[in-house]
Amino acid sequence: MLTLENVSFGVQEDRKEKEIIHDLTLTIDDHKFVVITGPNGGGKSTLARLIAGIERPTQGRIAFDGEDITDKNITERANLGISYAFQQPVRFKGVQVLDLIRLAAKKKLAAADACVYLSEVGLCAKDYINREINSSLSGGELKRIEIATVLARGTKLSVFDEPEAGIDLWSFQNLIAVFERMRDKTDGSILIISHQERILNIADEIVVIADGKITAQGSREDILPGLLGTASAVDACSKFYKGGQ
Amino acid sequence: MADPVTFSNVDSIQMRLLEEVAGLHEVPAGAYNIRANGQMAARAASANIDIISKEDGTGIDIRIKPGTKKESVHIPVVLSQSGLTEMVYNDFYIGDDADVVIVAGCGIHNGGDGDSRHDGLHRFFVGKNAKVKYVEKHYGSGDGRGKRMMDPQTEVTMEENSYMEMEMVQIKGVDSTRRSTKADLAAGAKLVIRERLLTHGSQFAESSFVVNLNGEDSSANVISRSVAKEDSTQIFNAEINGNAKCAGHSECDAIIMDNARISAIPRITANNTDAALIHEAAIGKIAGEQIIKLMTLGLTEEEAGAQIVNGFLK
Repeated sequence: MLTLENVSFGVQEDRKEKEIIHDLTLTIDDHKFVVITGPNGGGKSTLARLIAGIERPTQGRIAFDGEDITDKNITERANLGISYAFQQPVRFKGVQVLDLIRLAAKKKLAAADACVYLSEVGLCAKDYINREINSSLSGGELKRIEIATVLARGTKLSVFDEPEAGIDLWSFQNLIAVFERMRDKTDGSILIISHQERILNIADEIVVIADGKITAQGSREDILPGLLGTASAVDACSKFYKGGQ
Repeated sequence: MADPVTFSNVDSIQMRLLEEVAGLHEVPAGAYNIRANGQMAARAASANIDIISKEDGTGIDIRIKPGTKKESVHIPVVLSQSGLTEMVYNDFYIGDDADVVIVAGCGIHNGGDGDSRHDGLHRFFVGKNAKVKYVEKHYGSGDGRGKRMMDPQTEVTMEENSYMEMEMVQIKGVDSTRRSTKADLAAGAKLVIRERLLTHGSQFAESSFVVNLNGEDSSANVISRSVAKEDSTQIFNAEINGNAKCAGHSECDAIIMDNARISAIPRITANNTDAALIHEAAIGKIAGEQIIKLMTLGLTEEEAGAQIVNGFLK
């Protein structure tokens, strides 16, 4: 269980303190599939970074399974069982996909075992296992590899920051299936930041964040109807429909 | 030809150096010549590959018969005596249509106060349609105050439609190195050079490549990946001259750390309207996001940095 208690986070901008997260309190229960949505610039990605330890709160506490992790660094949180998938995955010249999956799994996986994770995210494993994670990979391919590294870790909490960002519609349709499978199979909790209606549709719980605060929170049945048709719940094809009219 | 000498002439430090630079832990298959502390320690020829000492004793001639296929030559050099300085001249004559692997390399262990130095001039004459893979590794060890220095020079003459791939690696322990590589390519010849370099401490490494694409449809690809740590200095010069319809590409990619300094000086010259030449050079530190990504997988900051460097130089 992850709990954020009265968490605030601010940055210095033009010599003034700009607060991005205001006094936010949130609990993510075990075995839950939670989707955080809300307008752009509302603080969602910052919240994910605060959970992973990439940013530290200016106020408030964060606890994981009852242990205060506010002062723990990224590595310590990772080893306690928190995974984080980047919105914009990082490229590494020379590092192969297999290397990264092995680092994620923390064991010297056989190539065939590593392939299981790639197949899970819809990549034909034998074509990718020896590829370098460099600029020859497309945004969609990188995103899937990023998700595969989180799957390989198999931790208690997995945080995904806008998995739909920066990929084409075709790839996104396939990614939804990945998350649907993950929802059914995974034992741990999953926290996804997303605007996509189809992701919201498989949530146990939806949290809406705007201006650094929670504006709505509850079960999918309670929250989703109020979001449909707004920017917080986008139909992946809406732009195409509009373009075709 | 000298009688084959057994490996019993090689001591344990030299054996370790041989393993580092040539992957040798036993007598290799194929032809070989092992030079230890300025003397020949072991040599063997094969039916198709002859190794002959130069008459003035300054080096060896390696003659590979035309059509020799899938054979290898190992010619590593090791120095374990502090203060030893030597210069050798090795010439490789690779016959037409041959397909061979040549493994060179130099390891210096300096546990004393005198500077140890190995300089070599390797000349390759690659025959028509021949295919050569050349691997050269440099390695230094020992905690003496004496420096470990190597200045290798390589000259390559490639005949029509020949192919040569050169892999040059220096990862550890060499205090000072100035590498000079020059190649002349005839029509249809193709040269690929891959250099990997890691410097640390107050080491200095300079690599200079001059490739002359003289024949029609000749091509060259020079790729350097390097990491400079601590107070070390690296200079990379890559010059490609397109003198015919040809294709040339050079790429220098470097990671800079600590107080190191790196210069990359690529130069391309076209003397023919059909010469297509490209150079790329990039120097930068390890991106913070790369470190963060590996930390989210549970690695410490130091482990993450080491992984990134290892992957980059792999």
